[in-house]
Amino acid sequence: MTELLHPRPADPAMPAIKGHLPVLLPVRPPRPVTAAELFTPGTALLLLVLLAWFSVGPVVAQAAGETRTPVALLLLKWTPVLAEGFAFNILISILSMLAGTVLGVGLGVLQVSPNRLLARLAWVVTQFFRNSPWLVLLFYCILLIPFELEILGTTVPFPGWIKAVIGLSLPVMAYMSEFMRGAIQSIPSGQWESAASLGFTRRQTMIEVILPQTVTRVLPSWMNLYAVLTMATPIVSIVGVNEVMALTRAALSSESRTDLLIPMYLYILGWFFLYCYPISRLTRRLERKYAVKL
Amino acid sequence: MEQFFTWLYQEQGINLTIGYDSYDRGLFLAGIWMTVKLSVLSVLFSLVIGALGAWIQGSPSALMRGLVGAFIAFFRNTPPLVQLYFFYFAVGTVLRHTGENGLPQPLVSGFGWAVISLSLFAGSLNVEIFRSGIEAVPRATVEAASALGFNRLQTYLHVVLPLALRISLPSLGTNLVNLVKTTSLAYAIAVPEVLYVSAQIWSDQLNVREMMNVVLLTYIVLVAVLVWGLHRWEKSMRIPGFGT
Repeated sequence: MTELLHPRPADPAMPAIKGHLPVLLPVRPPRPVTAAELFTPGTALLLLVLLAWFSVGPVVAQAAGETRTPVALLLLKWTPVLAEGFAFNILISILSMLAGTVLGVGLGVLQVSPNRLLARLAWVVTQFFRNSPWLVLLFYCILLIPFELEILGTTVPFPGWIKAVIGLSLPVMAYMSEFMRGAIQSIPSGQWESAASLGFTRRQTMIEVILPQTVTRVLPSWMNLYAVLTMATPIVSIVGVNEVMALTRAALSSESRTDLLIPMYLYILGWFFLYCYPISRLTRRLERKYAVKL
Repeated sequence: MEQFFTWLYQEQGINLTIGYDSYDRGLFLAGIWMTVKLSVLSVLFSLVIGALGAWIQGSPSALMRGLVGAFIAFFRNTPPLVQLYFFYFAVGTVLRHTGENGLPQPLVSGFGWAVISLSLFAGSLNVEIFRSGIEAVPRATVEAASALGFNRLQTYLHVVLPLALRISLPSLGTNLVNLVKTTSLAYAIAVPEVLYVSAQIWSDQLNVREMMNVVLLTYIVLVAVLVWGLHRWEKSMRIPGFGT
């Protein structure tokens, strides 16, 4: 009986407290590991070691008698070329993001327009581009936009990568339009009413009162969209733009070594990871920061 | 029907070969069927991966949670196309067995790799979606289940998952729509899905504009069917008094 009332602490870390029955202890559910806790210097080192093992492992396995360049050296050799390609990806993503954001904000504002017809039309355009695959839109732009355009007697060439930028900015526009609509509708209607009582026109209210307030609400989704867009840029290699994926495949076919395949692809994946991971971390932080305010 | 499409071509100049050419039509329908198969299989596997991952994320083992966390971080932050290439060209080249004719044969087909890669990509997003759904399930419900003698797995399967599914359905829907759109990436590894067969048709018949529009419409219809289905599902699963 005394045993029951004064149980010996099973856990040495927990001192015996009178009347402290184990059943009364609060249930502590295990906490999921967040990605943020995961990416510490320790795990980063582990990943690097793994990559090194992947690259060097096959070489060690092959007898030292063979005079083949180690995979790590080959990766290093191709790095400048690949870096150039990767920079091109970043350029494409930034340009598409700029174009898509500008168009998307406009379309989003049109979606909440008091003109029913205009709002409906903007909604249809948004849904259309939001629900069609990126690759199909890209094909659309690449194949159906002429390769040069004659404006006022001067021919403006339209290289493939500009068409790719246009193709990628269309879905970005549609997503942005949805974010803007959501954000504008989430602004308390009191804002509209007080602006109207101060004699603002609808246009002034939108530009000077409502839109500035949507910035913080849209920012996390906007950044997430940028990360998604960056991860979509390799698809322009399918339509013949020489970005990092096309260059990687060219490098692989020029080396024609099977043991290079896995390290090389992991290497490129690593680059994208290093670029996109900080963005998604920052997005999380901003989401949490702005979520509290209403 | 065929007369109408022939008329459309001869009188209006709109060359829809899938309307009057039985070979092209067969090719196109096979492409749609392939896209549907790819979508359905990837959706199912990604849901399984999502539920499994979310369950592990709540497990007491820190190692398992860490592994799932790394899996999510990796697949969320790398391009799906490069993942697909990695599986198909890199892993697929290593994973070979000697075929009957003595030549190395790939162990997994392009279709197989597309399903695997797409499921892993969408699954990693589903883990997060399910997890936030699980976190929204009231603690008291879980405690009530354990008071009734359910163990961890039983609680998860019979109490937490059904409730979490209802909470996470809207964001799950968005992700699944994205998954169906992403199946078009299988074009890159020559899986004959609808975009691939359309490219074949338009390079044979030189009717890029018409086929392009048909492909876009096909995807819009596929996505609309999925959205409609999810909506119906959401409605039929509604528990009065739970959620909004």
